[in-house]
Amino acid sequence: MEAAMPGSFLLPFALMTPFVGMLIAFAVGGRHARRVAFAVIPLGLALAAVVALLLARSGEPLQYALGAWAAPLGIRLRADGLAAAMMLVTALIIGATALYARPEFGARAGAPESRTAFAFWQLLLATWGALNTVLLAHDLFTLFVALELLTFSAVPLVCLDGRAETLQAALRYLLFALAGSALYLVGVPLLYGVYGTLDISLLAGRVQVESTTVVAAALMTAGLLAKTALFPLHLWLPPAHAGAPAPASTVLSALVVKGSFLVLVRLWFDVGLASGPAAQLLAALGAGAILFGNVLALRQVRLKLLVAYSTVAQIGYLFLMFPLAFGAGSTAAESATALSGGLMQVISHATAKAAMFMSAGLVYAALGHDRIAELAGVGRLMPMSIVAFVLGGISLVGLPPSGGFLAKWWLLSVMVTTGQWWWAAVMVTGGLLTACYVVMVAMRAMSAPSTPLTLKAEVPRASEAVALALAVCSVLLGFVAFLPVDFVAIGRPAVLP
Amino acid sequence: MTPVTLLGLCSAALAGLGLYGMVTHPHPLRKILAFNLFGSGVFLLFGVVARRGAAADLGGDPVLQALTITGLVVAFAATALAVALLLRFFDATGTATLAPAADHDADSGNP
Repeated sequence: MEAAMPGSFLLPFALMTPFVGMLIAFAVGGRHARRVAFAVIPLGLALAAVVALLLARSGEPLQYALGAWAAPLGIRLRADGLAAAMMLVTALIIGATALYARPEFGARAGAPESRTAFAFWQLLLATWGALNTVLLAHDLFTLFVALELLTFSAVPLVCLDGRAETLQAALRYLLFALAGSALYLVGVPLLYGVYGTLDISLLAGRVQVESTTVVAAALMTAGLLAKTALFPLHLWLPPAHAGAPAPASTVLSALVVKGSFLVLVRLWFDVGLASGPAAQLLAALGAGAILFGNVLALRQVRLKLLVAYSTVAQIGYLFLMFPLAFGAGSTAAESATALSGGLMQVISHATAKAAMFMSAGLVYAALGHDRIAELAGVGRLMPMSIVAFVLGGISLVGLPPSGGFLAKWWLLSVMVTTGQWWWAAVMVTGGLLTACYVVMVAMRAMSAPSTPLTLKAEVPRASEAVALALAVCSVLLGFVAFLPVDFVAIGRPAVLP
Repeated sequence: MTPVTLLGLCSAALAGLGLYGMVTHPHPLRKILAFNLFGSGVFLLFGVVARRGAAADLGGDPVLQALTITGLVVAFAATALAVALLLRFFDATGTATLAPAADHDADSGNP
């Protein structure tokens, strides 16, 4: 048992801050909701930054036993390097989304209050709180509750505008997510029945390969795949992510699908519910997602759907790390590199995809449509948005020095040393397909229009700047390879393949 | 066969029926009902495992009882959200079936 570190009391604060903000916003209502959000976000961002700094300085994880009850009876929060890094990324993207959404969901003087704006700010804070809970929870049941909170706050974001198509997309998303969480929940009593605890660290020392554990692991993994929208369980994702308002799509695509993925990482890497053959299957599904998602993205007529199908493909890359980490011949160092590659893919996709959804939303707002064939001339009228889109695309393709490059570099190095070249072939093909649609959109946007193009609405410069800043972040993320400490490895058990 | 084993089999059957219903029924209301059947099976499983883990003078493991109560609240909230969404969808369209995804290339489909 690790001793309490100074600063561990920050963890419950980091978890509660967004929820407290959400409740205050609900109570004060109306046009104050946005002000509450803008008061809470810097506070939460500061908490996440301090937690990350404490971890980087001490090299030890933070943990906090709620009510001073020790595990296994009590519930503890724990911030290891993975959780702290993701908390910081989450806070940054939530903050950027809030700045981006300010013109769209801000209350203009004299304008009537809108229910959509009121709901948006609360749901944004709720999603953030749920993500923090997913990251800090250290037992399997709290993770279930956190995942459900995430679903309940993400589903209404899809249908903020209340149109029939988005309601349908939200309902479909909810039904997929509920099936997924019920499957996950079956595993909880099964594991508790065998090992008598749900705490991740305690389980990690006890799990063995026997029938109940295998059934529990299979059901929980399947449930999380449905929530993460891994091919072929991705059907709900494109209509939901493309139909939502742009700031909501940003959060859904950049962060929400990663929540259930990180729970899967906890199960496989931290609890140790892993198996080599199942890892090959996960990566095969990931490869299917990469090829299928990219080809469908290429065939889309509308920009937002293209970006949504590209998310389906990028989720596939996340699963390539499993056979590399749990292959028969993988050493502990190779497993750690594979995990770093997967997490870098999570972070770089989050920033790049947020920037791309933001620019797609701005293009839609400015033109009144987002048909790719009619984008000619947009590059001249809103250069910042198009540059943001292309820079995000560069990170998805994996050109240096982007975060996508570093993620693929790490994954590729393990593919080479463990001799699994076929995954490298899939990755390269996926990169080429991604490059095709990014170049296609860029060329359309840069070409000269046949008739002079007029914008239907003024483009908010601040929103464009936010999208561009995120895109630049994703392109420069590759430089974290030069950080002196391996931040993500802090407080993590050595991976046993 | 002990009562605990029998209840364990019942929970497996309920969960299986619920999952089957969620996958095969096209109508969302039936899917929501199937989800609740699935949930009942899982909560019964919690009870069965709690009973197997009974010790001392307790009739069941209290940790799992506490988890069941939390799980019920979550399942109730999920059902309420799903029904509310379905009602809004019915108000907007006049039908409550999830037909195959509409043609998203259509101009009416703004983001």
